[in-house]
Amino acid sequence: MTSAPLTRAETRAASLGGMAAIVLVGAGILVPVTALLWRGADTTLGFGFDPYLWRITRFTLWQAALSTALSILFAIPLARALARRPDFPGRVWILRLFAVPLGLPPLVAALGILSVWGNNGAINRALAELFGATPFSVYGLSGILIAHVFFNLPLAVRLMLLGLERQPQEYWKNAAVLGMGGWTTFRLIEWPAMARPAAGAAGLVFMLCVTSFTLVLILGGGPSATTLEVAIFQALRFDFDPPRAIWLALIQIALTAVALLLLRLIGGEDDRSQLLATGQERPDAKTGISRAADAVLIVAGAAFVMAPMAATLVSGLAADFSRLVFRPALWQAIATSLGIAAAAATLSILVALLLIRARFGEAGDRQPGRRALHGIAGATGSLVLLVPPVVMGAGWFLLMRGGRSSLLAPLAVIVTINAMMALPFVMRVLETAYRAVLNRNGRLALSLGVTGWHRIRRVDLPALAKPLRAAFAFAMALSLGDLGAIALFGNEKLVTLPWLLYQSMGSYRTTDAAGIALVLGVLCVTLMIFADRSPVGSRRDRR
Amino acid sequence: MTPAIEMRDVERKLGTKEMRFDFSRERGTITAVLGPSGSGKSTLLNLIAGFLAPDSGRVMIDGEDMGRLPPGERGVSMVFQDNNLFAHLDIATNIGLGLDPALKLDAAQKDRIADSLERVGLAGYEKRLPGTLSGGERQRVALARAFARARPLLLLDEPFDGLGPGLAADMISLMLEIRADVDATVLMVTHDPHEAVTTADHVLFVNNGTIAADTTMDGFFEREDLPDLTAYLRGGPDR
Repeated sequence: MTSAPLTRAETRAASLGGMAAIVLVGAGILVPVTALLWRGADTTLGFGFDPYLWRITRFTLWQAALSTALSILFAIPLARALARRPDFPGRVWILRLFAVPLGLPPLVAALGILSVWGNNGAINRALAELFGATPFSVYGLSGILIAHVFFNLPLAVRLMLLGLERQPQEYWKNAAVLGMGGWTTFRLIEWPAMARPAAGAAGLVFMLCVTSFTLVLILGGGPSATTLEVAIFQALRFDFDPPRAIWLALIQIALTAVALLLLRLIGGEDDRSQLLATGQERPDAKTGISRAADAVLIVAGAAFVMAPMAATLVSGLAADFSRLVFRPALWQAIATSLGIAAAAATLSILVALLLIRARFGEAGDRQPGRRALHGIAGATGSLVLLVPPVVMGAGWFLLMRGGRSSLLAPLAVIVTINAMMALPFVMRVLETAYRAVLNRNGRLALSLGVTGWHRIRRVDLPALAKPLRAAFAFAMALSLGDLGAIALFGNEKLVTLPWLLYQSMGSYRTTDAAGIALVLGVLCVTLMIFADRSPVGSRRDRR
Repeated sequence: MTPAIEMRDVERKLGTKEMRFDFSRERGTITAVLGPSGSGKSTLLNLIAGFLAPDSGRVMIDGEDMGRLPPGERGVSMVFQDNNLFAHLDIATNIGLGLDPALKLDAAQKDRIADSLERVGLAGYEKRLPGTLSGGERQRVALARAFARARPLLLLDEPFDGLGPGLAADMISLMLEIRADVDATVLMVTHDPHEAVTTADHVLFVNNGTIAADTTMDGFFEREDLPDLTAYLRGGPDR
């Protein structure tokens, strides 16, 4: 981008807006972090880096590494099988299914995973029925791993499949004419095409698993399988041990910083192209046995991802809705959740738009101040990742000394945290779209003299309607499903859907929990369908 | 004499389009496959190469029914317009895959790679990556691979398109030399009548999913008894 078609006044306005957004995000992140550091220096952290902290840090890294390895390892053959079988029945639905976990609330997924893999889950019951086996317990490392693979395997598969389908069609024809076997084709063509997306996916998955909160909280079970995020929450809400929480939070920030750095080094260039509904013809992969093997892989992968969702649906429908709908708590929670989510999504989009606009027309600018702004505005979007929601929440929590007396302050904090959480995703969706719009309409608008606010209102926003809707829906889904912030600030007056669900699970109101989970899951999945980033584009759309 | 390639009542439905092909060619002939876009030229090639299976009828190469034989076992080499080389593999590997698909190459085969590169005027290019070559050089490597493979049937799918007239002419003469060396039969899809005249001795004019004319090149473009051909030529090279 050499020069963006903005007038000087518009550039000035964009810069001001960008600065405002940076200050806002900076406050959102730096205030709680400063609070942590301040209190950290303030309190005598006498015990230092004790064995407990060491153990939790080690476990956090260990489970993240294992989760990453398993997700990638299973994703490689699965992505390959899906690429090789473009005519597999229901393939497009499997790809759509694989987009769902991205927007599914972790708490709902955890519940679904419990009803499949738990002590009374489908698998344990089947094993007992068939072999009289004593039930295995899913709580602990195994549960965490299952949940993380459930969330991240589909993500990794989609990324690697994109890598494969980006190869020219002639590659597969050549492989066929040259008579390259399955293994040679994998080694020489498929793997080189998958390696980069696999590395990128690994970085992303590791990042997500190092900061995973809800899944570990529900499925971890006991102090032996606890991560930093969960330990922070417990230190603050159960043990009332701020110094420990501060230590944990600082370690967590250090870990995310390293993970983020790794992600940058891997160069996880994110792939913004979408998967196609129809894959490529694969004349190189027509033979019988490999076809059957691929089919088994695809069916197993789809079943693994589908089972928890299906279980949520089944047990949710079995819930006593006639009673549930008369619980005012449910309706209050829905209203609170939707309100928070809408506010967070709005805030997130506003900040993202300001940051993105500040990046236009600055690249070629010689003025050092503007150049710096350009860089900072770009970095802000991903800097947010440095401080996971629970850590951010911990900072505010300490600052407000629990802050449970008032209603407004915690509400504002939750909205802020949720908005920050969604910011990287929202920016991803909007930045490319806004660039395209400016490239298309920018000079025309200038030549017609439609500038400033008029242009934003008449040209930019209408042209951005679709990506804006997508970003809003996705940000809402993220916020709706978030347990991290509300877990710290929730109280009798402030109850969101995930918090209500968490309480129902805690008080063993299992059928209520199943019903609430279904409501929450349906809300989020509906929003995700609305945001639709799944493979629907036709072959022409990609060009 | 057994024809080098024969399609006997081959029928194939693609979407709503019915294709039907029936022709044969002697060994050593060069046939230009012409026709409007969407007429079925590429489908014809795909059926012979084995990327597509016929719904009925038979594809015979050197008198042998190909049945469901996979493309790699049909004695066919193929050159496309683009992406003939795997971009992340060096030139030697790209050619070597044509000699042994598992890439277990002995000394003789390595010599053969070097010879084939010398044949197309790219001696010493073994370690280069395709990205460092010009478009014309990449197509020459593709021809070198066909040369090294020395299969009886050479299928070309608009291989010299987008090279520019001078370069295309050079490539065509190189292709003709190589064809003579390995005594291959050539089917070449093209949309350029000039290219067809200078290269081929036979013509298949494909229109609307069938072979509308199957003849020698002599005087073909002067014929006026084929309205479809007249329309095709008047419309100019379609793309």
